[in-house]
This record gives sequence, structure tokens and C-alpha cells, in this order.
Amino acid sequence: VSTRLVTPGVQAARVELEGLSRATEDKLTTAAEAVRRLVPNDAVIGVGGTNHARTPMALLIEVLRQGRTGLTMTRPLSCFEAELMLATGMADRVMTSWVGIGHGWGLAPVVRHLVENGQASFEEWSHLGIGLRYKAGAMGIPYLPTVSMLGSDIDQQLGLAKVTCPYTGQLLNAVPSLNPDVALVHVQRADQLGNAQIDGYQLMDADLVLAARRVILTAEEIVTTDEFRLDPARTVIPGFAVDAVVHQPMGAYPHECYGHYEADLDEFTAYMAAVKAGGVDGARAFAAGLIAHADHDAYLASIDPARLAAARRTAEEMLPR
Amino acid sequence: MTHSLTESPAGLAVQHPDARPNEIMTIAASRLLEDGKVLFAGIGQPLVAAAIAKRRQAPHLTVLLEGGMIGIELTPGELPASTNEVRAAVGAQMLTSATDIFLMAQRGYFHYGFIGGAQVDRYGNVNTSIVGDHARPTVRLPGPGGANDIASMCNEVVVVTQHEPRRFVERVDFVTSPGFLTGGTSRQDSGLLHGGPRWVVTDLALLDFTPDTHRMRVRALQTGVTLAQVQAATGFELLIHDQLDQLPPVEDAELALLRHLVGASHEGAEEASR
Repeated sequence: VSTRLVTPGVQAARVELEGLSRATEDKLTTAAEAVRRLVPNDAVIGVGGTNHARTPMALLIEVLRQGRTGLTMTRPLSCFEAELMLATGMADRVMTSWVGIGHGWGLAPVVRHLVENGQASFEEWSHLGIGLRYKAGAMGIPYLPTVSMLGSDIDQQLGLAKVTCPYTGQLLNAVPSLNPDVALVHVQRADQLGNAQIDGYQLMDADLVLAARRVILTAEEIVTTDEFRLDPARTVIPGFAVDAVVHQPMGAYPHECYGHYEADLDEFTAYMAAVKAGGVDGARAFAAGLIAHADHDAYLASIDPARLAAARRTAEEMLPR
Repeated sequence: MTHSLTESPAGLAVQHPDARPNEIMTIAASRLLEDGKVLFAGIGQPLVAAAIAKRRQAPHLTVLLEGGMIGIELTPGELPASTNEVRAAVGAQMLTSATDIFLMAQRGYFHYGFIGGAQVDRYGNVNTSIVGDHARPTVRLPGPGGANDIASMCNEVVVVTQHEPRRFVERVDFVTSPGFLTGGTSRQDSGLLHGGPRWVVTDLALLDFTPDTHRMRVRALQTGVTLAQVQAATGFELLIHDQLDQLPPVEDAELALLRHLVGASHEGAEEASR
């Protein structure tokens, strides 16, 4: 089995935890400071949300702004944020079950170009495969057995090891744990200690956070810990697993955040127009436009307020009542 | 099946003149769904087919999506663009994690799994990964999303795709989502003890698989379509069921319902065909 499948391993991740503070302390900081401190070159970055849901855009754009090399992006389903990381050369590998633009645009043009030309690596997993990598990482065990990917060429390409159940003899795939170097996760609500709640679809984020070696949260709102005490069953991320908390309203923009705003398709259109005009260079130009703003608030301030208001209004109207 | 594979003699029935190929396919898929079952759907045609079925023969169909949404209800004209967005969660009875929804699939709770695909082969293997060589693909496709898990874990997999020679290939370039692999017992031998492709639904035909070799077989023709047309659109030799049927033509009510769900625009219908 390839060593790349077991790096760094749950035991290493556990030993490392012993050297980290798990104190209940104020972890509020800025995206710039959190990324500077917690996202090194060559990191495997676990990106929260899926596709265009709760993408930690403010943090990813900050990574673009500061510049990194050799990054690997891991995410169950990826959208154009993966293209930006690859086009700028900051990442050279994605671990995912899917990359696409969606919304009628279909295939991801930059990923296509780079992978078809051997300039980026697309490490393909099943959706549950990614989920179980995080789950095993979160559980502190080196692998989890599953029927996912059996018989497929995904299995062949990855070179997954097989296990035989010691009780029944059933043949299963052994999916290795993944403890990403850093998780970037956007949530609806956090306190200054790093406790967090996710409204709507949870996706894989709670497991991702527990698996990751370092964690940065951005949150639509920061609330007091006492507010979480009113309904603690809704808290899905424990503060002791979190290294930094950033208050960032619209932190997933231009992607969506359940209950707060839907995706801004005008930005998708702008991205795809840039790529259509200039290919990978077009994606780089789009990224350059994003990082030209001093921070995410400045980016938001550059968008027509009516568009932002419409995105927020639609999201609220979609909520169950 | 609740909607019988009709006995209407070939040559007499005429296909609905307004029905586009992807609409014919979606409606044929919707008719396969029995009431009271649990369906793992994907975006586009599978979801539209499920929504049609729920409004006709299968009001108690539970529809779920890979984003962890269980028991969703679609808003006509507001179809989600992704399995992981707010429009996909509307009316959900439960939102669970994206890992847990697949663990429920592995547990065996889901009767049907609907998937599409760029390529499907004679054993029902589906490719949504690459065209050409894996190391340097001609086309890098999006990847499985949830389709590998759906194909590995649901009781009955329904593959919905347009019938073209470039899609129906002798052997897929890459097995993203396992069908019967190389036929015979190979699926079981690989460790996949349950499920497998049950139906392949196209704009030309309904196909199934022989019980032993698991080779693809024409079960029924869409109205107005000949066996020769189906074979000509297929890149491998098809087997033919002993009692080849003809599917009933699209009904006015089905087409109206489909278009109501998707929305009036042609673009919408195209999107639903992805």
C-alpha cells in the first residue's frame, strides 16, 4: 500500500495532539492571522462543506492572498474553489469524489485542462471513501472497512488494501484514515472557544474537524457560550478541537450558506467567462481579482448590495416554516 | 412494476409528438418506481423522474440525496442544481451527514439507486471518471460523486442515459460505478454481495440483464423505435428478451407534469437531461 495513503497516520496525529493546548481560551482572530499561523506550504487542506455549500471561501481566498505551494485540497465534492487553487499553482493535487461547476456549466474546465495535460493530480475516491477517511481520522483508528469502491477501477487506481472480516470472512475494502494538516470550515454559529453549530446539512464537517491536525473556523455569527448551553445538542464541533475562530459574515460567498444566503450565480458566470476568455490564465486573473481586495469584507463591499440582499432573502425564504 | 410493460402491438402506438428524447427517458424511468420504496436519487433526470412518480403512482416514495437529505419534496420550477444545496433540502424530513446517508445505503435501506453516466457497458458498469487513458485522459470527467456508493449498495440500480454508440461501449474506459463487472459471479466475487444494475433506461429502450451471465438485454422498446435502431445506437451486441415489449407512449399528463416540475424553459429541460 502506498505510503501516501497513510500519511501522517492517526498515531502521529494523536502524539501531536499531546503538544497542543486544549484550554478553553479565546480563539477569535482574523482570517489573515489564522492562515499565516496554521496553513503551511505542502499542507493537505481539508475543505469543509461540499460543492457550493458552506465552502470556506474567505479562508481559501486568504490562502490565495498569502500564497502557498504544494497544497493538496481534499473535499468530498469540489467546485470552482478547487480550480482557483490549482490554476494559481498553489495546489497541485485534489483528493475528491467529484469536481464540477454545476448550474448547467457542467465540467470543470481548469481541472480538465490541468489533469488532461498531466499538470495536476486528481486522486479519485468514492463519496463515502472520503467520508470514511475523515471518520477513521476522527475516531483515531487507522482504517475503516466498507464495501465502497470494491470491484471498481477507483479501487484499482488507489491500490486499496482488502481486509477479511475475522468473524464472517466477508471481504471488505480497508479505507485508510486521513488526518488533514488543516481543516478550513465555515459554520453558521461559533463561540470564541471554538464550539460550533451547523444549520441544515452537516455534510462531513464534524468528522473533518475531529480528524484534522489544525482547525480554522469561520462563522456567520459569534455567540456567547451561554447561548450554546441553551440547546447544547445542536453543537456539533467541540471547542477543544478548534485552533482559531474567525467572525466572517458571508464567509462562504459566492457559495451558499444554509439559512443565510444562496450562491451568487453572477459570480459563477463571471468566473466561467474569465475561463472562457483566457483558459487557465483566465482563472488566474479571476483569482487575482479576488485577492486584490484587502480582505473578505472588502470583496463583499465590491459586490452590488442588491445582489447580496437578494441572495440573503432567497435563503431565508427557503427555510422551513 | 406498477406500470405494466404494455402489450400494445408494435407499429400501432405513436410516440407523443412533443416529447423530447430526454423527456421520454425521464418518464420511462419514473414509471419503474413503485410506491412505498426508498430511492437514492441524483440531480437532474433522476430527481425529476422521482418527482413525477411521487405525483402519480408512488406518493409514498421516500426520496433522498447524497447531501444527507431524506424525504425531500421538490418545488416545481425550483429544482436544485446540486445535491448539496438549499433547494435540495426543501421539505426534508431529516438532514443527516453525507457520510451517514451512505452508511444507511450500506446497511441496505435503499431500494433504488438512480445514476447517469458518460459510458455504460454490456455488464452495466458505468464510467463518469475519464475518457481515454487514466494517466493522461482525453477527457477528465467529474468523477463518481455518490454514484460508486449507490451502485455498490442500493438493491436495484437504475442507469438513466441517452442511447448513443459513444455511451454504450463494449467496455467502459474506467469502472467508476460497478455493474456486473465482467459478468457471471464477478460482482459477488469482488465483495459486492448485494444489488447491481436492474434497469438501463434510455430514450430508445428499456434494458435489463440476463440472470446468469449478466449481459445487457433489450427488455422493451420505446414507442416507435425499432430493435435495429437500438442495436445501431449500441457499441456492442445486445441480447434480446424472449418477450420483447413496447413501452407505452408518453402521456399528455406525464409530459405536462414533467414540464411543470422542470419549469417552462427549454434550458431547464436540457439541464434535467444531464
